[in-house]
Amino acid sequence: MVEARSLSARGGRILLYAILIAFAAFYLTPLIVVILNSFRSFQEITQTSVLGFPKEFRLDNWVQAWGSYCIAGICSGISPYMWNSLLIAVPATLISTLLGAMNGYLLSLWRFRGAGLIFGIITFGVFLPAQMKLVPWAITLRDLGLSNTLAGLVLIHVVQGMSFTTLFCRNYYVNVPQDLIKAAKVDGAGFLQIFWRIILPLSPPILIVTVIWQFTGIWNEFLYGITFSEGSARPVTAALMALSANIAQAREYGIESASVLIAALPTLLVYLFGGKYFVRGLTAGAVK
Amino acid sequence: MSALSVEKLRVRFGSVEVLKSVDLAIESGEFIVLVGPSGCGKSTLLNVIAGLEQATEGRIEIGGREVTGVPPKDRDIAMVFQTYALYPAMTVRGNITFGMECRGVPKAEQKEAVARVAKLLQIEHLLDRRPGQLSGGQRQRVAMGRALVRDPVLFLFDEPLSNLDAKLRVEMRMEIKRLHQRIGTTMVYVTHDQVEAMTLATRIAVMNGGVIQQFADPQTIYDQPANLFVARFMGSPPMNAIPARLAASGSEIAAMVGPDAATAVPLPNATAAMKDWVGREVVLGIRPECITLPDGEQPGKPAASLPATVEMIEPTGAETMALIRVGQSEIMARMRPDARPAVGSVASFALDTAKACLFDPKTESRIA
Amino acid sequence: MTQTATTMQAGQTRPARTAPRRSWLSDIPDLLTRIVAGLIAAAAVSYVVGFTLWTVVISFTDSTLLPEYSFVGFKHYFTLLRSRVWQVAYFNLTIYGLGFILGATGLGLLLAILIDQKIRAENLLRTIYLYPMALSFVVTGTVWAWLLNPTIGVEHFVRSLGWAQFNFGWLVDRDMAIYCVVIAAIWQASGFAMALFLAGLRSLDADLYKAAAIDGASPARMYLRIMVPAIWPIVVSVLVILLQTAIKTYDLVRALTAGGPGIATTLPTNVVYDYMFQRGLMGAGSAAAVMLLLSLLIVLLPYALFQRLRRGKGGGHG
Repeated sequence: MVEARSLSARGGRILLYAILIAFAAFYLTPLIVVILNSFRSFQEITQTSVLGFPKEFRLDNWVQAWGSYCIAGICSGISPYMWNSLLIAVPATLISTLLGAMNGYLLSLWRFRGAGLIFGIITFGVFLPAQMKLVPWAITLRDLGLSNTLAGLVLIHVVQGMSFTTLFCRNYYVNVPQDLIKAAKVDGAGFLQIFWRIILPLSPPILIVTVIWQFTGIWNEFLYGITFSEGSARPVTAALMALSANIAQAREYGIESASVLIAALPTLLVYLFGGKYFVRGLTAGAVK
Repeated sequence: MSALSVEKLRVRFGSVEVLKSVDLAIESGEFIVLVGPSGCGKSTLLNVIAGLEQATEGRIEIGGREVTGVPPKDRDIAMVFQTYALYPAMTVRGNITFGMECRGVPKAEQKEAVARVAKLLQIEHLLDRRPGQLSGGQRQRVAMGRALVRDPVLFLFDEPLSNLDAKLRVEMRMEIKRLHQRIGTTMVYVTHDQVEAMTLATRIAVMNGGVIQQFADPQTIYDQPANLFVARFMGSPPMNAIPARLAASGSEIAAMVGPDAATAVPLPNATAAMKDWVGREVVLGIRPECITLPDGEQPGKPAASLPATVEMIEPTGAETMALIRVGQSEIMARMRPDARPAVGSVASFALDTAKACLFDPKTESRIA
Repeated sequence: MTQTATTMQAGQTRPARTAPRRSWLSDIPDLLTRIVAGLIAAAAVSYVVGFTLWTVVISFTDSTLLPEYSFVGFKHYFTLLRSRVWQVAYFNLTIYGLGFILGATGLGLLLAILIDQKIRAENLLRTIYLYPMALSFVVTGTVWAWLLNPTIGVEHFVRSLGWAQFNFGWLVDRDMAIYCVVIAAIWQASGFAMALFLAGLRSLDADLYKAAAIDGASPARMYLRIMVPAIWPIVVSVLVILLQTAIKTYDLVRALTAGGPGIATTLPTNVVYDYMFQRGLMGAGSAAAVMLLLSLLIVLLPYALFQRLRRGKGGGHG
């Protein structure tokens, strides 16, 4: 049977790989185009197209993109915005993850009346469109004196992130046996002690997933960034948008490519090195 | 003195009454087994005793001290859980010392206590492992170690053996019994396994529907079940319940069974209460081992004879069970290992009625 | 308290009940930690509920640059429903949503099935198919804007290879520009669908494959008749998630087409933002946001109901 089918089977395998490779090309093309362009000169791109192999590998696009290119009138390249995004994403990720773990622990292991409803409402925050929250945030940030500050964006992402982190952690903790809590109560441990000594040590798998998910999401976020920051306080996504909206001068595709790559690099690295957890996050966020 | 006393305990979850006025008084050093089908309220009762769930009404005393509103850690109890509930991220040692750590026991004392318990349970070589690296039986031991180290007034066990395979279960059962004999601390043990209940308990509380059906020593539970529920729940196979009509001839009383109530089963140990039922419908309760196939070697026993159709036989090696039919009733009989009555034949079975019980068919209570 | 029960052998002492040393954790009163935890959860709840209600309230007012609480009823809603930009935006959303959801689901399913054929380099291919999910929509939009731009992208490139008549000017074509958004969105999200479908296929019992093989099912029939129906709850989940992604799409359009040409690719989200922050019409913008939320609820409520039903049927587990 294996003999008789081998010919058509081999043809099938070749076709299979041909399709798989064709799609790989489809997904990779934009990335390759951007990488190549980041090494091509202004003239080279404008005289041909964005699809082309560099005549020589030049690094000055990268240098300018990082440190000196003018974005909306500020000629300091993309680096200050990278710092902004980092200063927003790291604290917001850590705080929202910790608060989400706390919420998840409270809602799954301390079953009380209404825990399900509270969880439902918090989870609904995941689906709530950001547009529903823009006006209240604008007013809140203004009243707190946090308009156009990084702290304001951290606050937004912490509060907004809690919906995701609570969802992830609660669904993880729900599978922790209730007996564990009972045993710890008999042992004399209190609410915080049980969380800190027994639940948190169990949590690295879900915490890694949550941190990766939150960092990627916050780094890539644009709407809150563009709405509640301006000038040099922008996160990098908003800066990128401003960069490509530069209509006053001719499009510097090489420099823009380098900027795009720099902006995308942190999340790409997280994806490449934490891919397993990234996928787990997608599944956890989706199937539950 | 009383180690545990439960008075008029009620637990209601919303509109569901899980425990309906439970009373229980336990002397120090006893081994009490709460047994019943799932949902009977036995685990709830244990959790309420531990303080892990709140009673709606009623009063609990542990070691002579009222504990209503006292948190679990201050009740002087220790508990072994069905899933063992070992803290996964801690070593065995950490699991055992965590409670002492929470209470602020000095390190030296903790060390001493761990050594003592580890020796007792023979888990010294496991102390630095994590629960994930242990077998089921080892986890069970560690869970007991964690409880033992507290040296409480009262041990609570919540179906501690139900996650083990059959062989290990028997081993650990013996070990728990041995442990109780050595340390003598009062134990309350929840299980749905009537064999565990019979083998371990000094007294058994059979529960159903949130009510304690009977609270007595194992032999009494077995021989004089308070009602049909207890009769059927305890014993495997369960006690046969045969519809019968009570008849009297002179001072003798007999239960008439079978088609047209034609077969008389004399009841030599009839009580005065039974005599009031003469002429009325009852349920005759008789254990399978009291129904045998006579082999001519049982002279002098007050054996009644019951002709029945053999429907099926189940040899187990140590004995042979037979499912027999008398009229509408299917009855289990326990015979000698080599007995092989032909399936479909009618055989005459010998009945030992010394321990037969009668039940009220309406209330299902035993007629004493 | 005395203990009369026979204690453990070997002359042991009972552990001290008073605490000479405790960890810092137990120094924080238990009640306080519970209250704090409750407050955190309460904050999360009031954020979702409070901000939603706040926007709903503002949508009934004539607020412009600043919130003011003079109520105008459903005025903004009627105005919006009658406005051309809102109608066009919803029309665009319909085209984009259908194309994106069907495209991403179909492609994701195809790739998942192909990858499920015990292929070599599975990890590499999966990594390649999924990496766009790690990017922001701004990056995706920016790069696809270049590729699809006729003067600098694919059209120019193909013409320079010799096909002088090659036309690929969708990005500047009023009727076709919306499909550019579809392509970029599929590129970004189909890997996500693939990952979920693949996880679903892998979770199926291996005996299912064996049984189908013994029944003599061809691979295509096996997948269409057995595997895909077996993972249909995942298919539904993917459809719903993509649908809510579609409704919420904002940055992609802004980076790729800025809503144009004209308003040919403007989505409701763009209209909301435009009202709120370009034209300074906070009341009208909020009304648009509420309508966006209602569109989302039309999708999510049946799904939530379906999930509940499915769990209920599962016999109380899960």
